Amino acid sequence: MDLGTSIDIVLLAFLLICAVAIVFIRDLFSVVMVAGAYSLLSAMFFVNLDAVDVAFTEAAVGAGISTVLMLGGLMLTSRREKKPKGRQPIFPLLVVLSTGAALVYATFDMPDFGDPNSPANSYVGIDYIEATEKQIDVPNIVTAVLASYRGYDTLGETVVVFTAGLGVMVLLGIGFAGGAPASRKEEDDA
Amino acid sequence: MTTDFIIGHYNYWVIIVLMMLGLYVVMSRGNLIKKIVGLNIFQTSVFLLYITIGKVTGGTAPIIWEGREDVVYSNPLPHVLILTAIVVGVATTAVGLAITVRVREAYGTIEEDEILAQDHEAEVTEGASA
Repeated sequence: MDLGTSIDIVLLAFLLICAVAIVFIRDLFSVVMVAGAYSLLSAMFFVNLDAVDVAFTEAAVGAGISTVLMLGGLMLTSRREKKPKGRQPIFPLLVVLSTGAALVYATFDMPDFGDPNSPANSYVGIDYIEATEKQIDVPNIVTAVLASYRGYDTLGETVVVFTAGLGVMVLLGIGFAGGAPASRKEEDDA
Repeated sequence: MTTDFIIGHYNYWVIIVLMMLGLYVVMSRGNLIKKIVGLNIFQTSVFLLYITIGKVTGGTAPIIWEGREDVVYSNPLPHVLILTAIVVGVATTAVGLAITVRVREAYGTIEEDEILAQDHEAEVTEGASA
């Protein structure tokens, strides 16, 4: 077992601890902070697995902007999750356990971690690696695929982000005159 | 089940557990902010899965190393897909939080059971007045 694999195992264990903590903590501020740590750990995991572009996006966008948005949301809503009344329902646990079991069963047919001959690593990925230098001449293959080969994909992504921004503005009434939202009663009467 | 098999599949299993923890939070917790955090965990676990699949043993980051022919690169395609997904994920988080803020303005709470109780009450009074 080489060093990379050991780091991988440790990072995944930390991620697991963070996720379990999020399930049980009721103070929402702590939940958001642990979620930020979770994002940062996953960024480290991405670096370890050679996905440096993904890592810095996750660190900036996932751990940074997401956490700030969450804190803003907390400011405008509440800081604490209320304790549920009565017993915890058993149904979600059953769904989660059976789905998890099915997924684990499916992994038995998956190629080993890091297998260079796995189907995912054999065809189109190799083609991009070989063609980038000749066709695009950008040293970073991820950039070449993102902005050139799959440029329309990225354009679509921009449209999604634009739509989301528009949605947030409409929902919160930022930049609209007379921003006081109609109360529920009025909406019911209409 | 050999040690190689376990090490080769350890990533998948931990990621599935993370995914299920996220799903569990979304399904079992009534607080809307907590649900969004659960959704984020679920989402990130999918990213981890993709990046795990794209890793090649002995490989390096897919940035062309000039003058070297013998370098093994990890698969760049999952990286590109996940880059897009991360940004879209933040966009959905933002919309979810905006909806939560509006729900709080309209109902005064972000707990699912209290919102449902208020809706039920409103329906009952509506039925009585009709």
